[in-house]
Amino acid sequence: MGLTQLAFYVFASVAVASGVLVILARNPVHSVLWLILAFFSSAGLMVLLGAEFIAMLLVIVYVGAVAVLFLFVVMMLDVDFAELKRGLAAYLPVGALVGLVLLVELGLVFGHWALADAAPNARAAAFAIEGGVANTEALGRIIYDQYLYMFQAAGLILLVAMIGAIVLTLRHRPHIKRQDVLAQIYRGRDVELKDVEPGQGV
Amino acid sequence: MAFFDTPLGIFTIILAQCLVVVVGVMVSLAFLLYMDRKVWAAVQLRRGPNVVGPWGLLQSFADFLKFVLKEIVIPAGADKAVFLIAPMLTFVLACIAWVVIPFADGWVISDLNVGVLYIFAISSLGVYGIIMGGWASNSKYPFLGGLRSAAQMVSYEVSIGLIIVGVLISTGSLNLSAIVRAQDGAYGLFSWYWLPHLPMVVLFFVSALAETNRPPFDLPEAESELVAGYQVEYSSTPYLLFMIGEYMNIVLMCALISILFFGGWLSPIPGLPDGALWMIGKMVFFFFLFAMVKAIVPRYRYDQLMRLGWKVFLPLSLGWVVVAAILARLEVVGYARFAVGG
Repeated sequence: MGLTQLAFYVFASVAVASGVLVILARNPVHSVLWLILAFFSSAGLMVLLGAEFIAMLLVIVYVGAVAVLFLFVVMMLDVDFAELKRGLAAYLPVGALVGLVLLVELGLVFGHWALADAAPNARAAAFAIEGGVANTEALGRIIYDQYLYMFQAAGLILLVAMIGAIVLTLRHRPHIKRQDVLAQIYRGRDVELKDVEPGQGV
Repeated sequence: MAFFDTPLGIFTIILAQCLVVVVGVMVSLAFLLYMDRKVWAAVQLRRGPNVVGPWGLLQSFADFLKFVLKEIVIPAGADKAVFLIAPMLTFVLACIAWVVIPFADGWVISDLNVGVLYIFAISSLGVYGIIMGGWASNSKYPFLGGLRSAAQMVSYEVSIGLIIVGVLISTGSLNLSAIVRAQDGAYGLFSWYWLPHLPMVVLFFVSALAETNRPPFDLPEAESELVAGYQVEYSSTPYLLFMIGEYMNIVLMCALISILFFGGWLSPIPGLPDGALWMIGKMVFFFFLFAMVKAIVPRYRYDQLMRLGWKVFLPLSLGWVVVAAILARLEVVGYARFAVGG
């Protein structure tokens, strides 16, 4: 067994185990921490596949930003653990049923999964990248040369979503004191020190 | 030599390289800490540490022993496992980031194609040590410190990322060694990226201060408001791990500034030989700047910090990416170095 295989089994088993622990952990914060470990191990699997750019993005975006916000919210929630545990028995049959159906469906799909002989060639032809190009560069060429407009459209959609979220949550509260930095910087010498005699006031 | 071609041999070599780098960084950290305290002392007209060893040079080692020999106190209400994992995580993440830092041409443990992204990923993970420590302590001040730190580090990562993008556009590579090689030119220090990317050098330095929770942005541990923030409940070795991790991150940022903007191992004067000494000299210089900032700048207020990050740095760095991209497209000298970077 080579080092790569060993690394694969380590990452894969950690990913699966931490995935299971996400739903088994009693404490929601622990669940998020296990989720982070699962993300991280999947990034390790990506590196083993030779997709180092995707792996780094997974860590930066999901682990470094999304999961931080997740943790942020979960930590601040006041969760009643007894309440959570009480519901478990009631929801278990439904949850188990959904899980079973999904498992059977996955089994049906992958049991008959077969790659057509032409498939690898068709995929290679769609993204004609000569050998020896690092996958960051290859991805860059595909996104920015072949699919630039679609990429830009995706970016625009995200921008609209972002502006929408800001507009929905923005409240203008008129009677609130705010710091106006520019006003502070450009303030003239209209404020001065005065000698005030005791007992007289200004 | 056949042993060193087998997987075990390669493993041994890499392990040895890692040990050399980690031990080297840790030992130099001891003296950098001493330098830090001497600089503040000089600014405040004090003497600073001067008792242990000649000129107090061994002060850090004495402190190390003191920390290690003390008792580890774990608060009764703390989440014990997370409480102890947090400082280890901080320390380990601070160590593994050094894998991709080139100290001289070829002197790097792993010359990753995506070196910059790797550094970025590792530094974005650094926030977990602090959040976990703050939460697991089960106490108010650490929790507030953890929350502040989460918001602060996520905010400044955005602008650090955009600042780095400018350099990447100029180089056309994510490899740190390639970035340094791209800065090699006939004019010595005037060929480096600090000149074409001058505004971003300032922004990067300030963002690095915020990213490493260094004064004036040390709000996660602001003594005047939060006692010591996320590390209130920590004592002994766990505290030491937090502190070493924090300082390693600071030195890493110094290394990153040297590599991205100041030519890494390249010599500033044409004709002099390049080498690791230049790199180390630059890192020490930037560490000196970090120390001076701590000594002379008062702490920011939290809302001002957030305002600076989102309303000033983010638009400026985003604008600079556009400017740098246009200048690189027009192949203005200094902005387009792809040919050199390979």
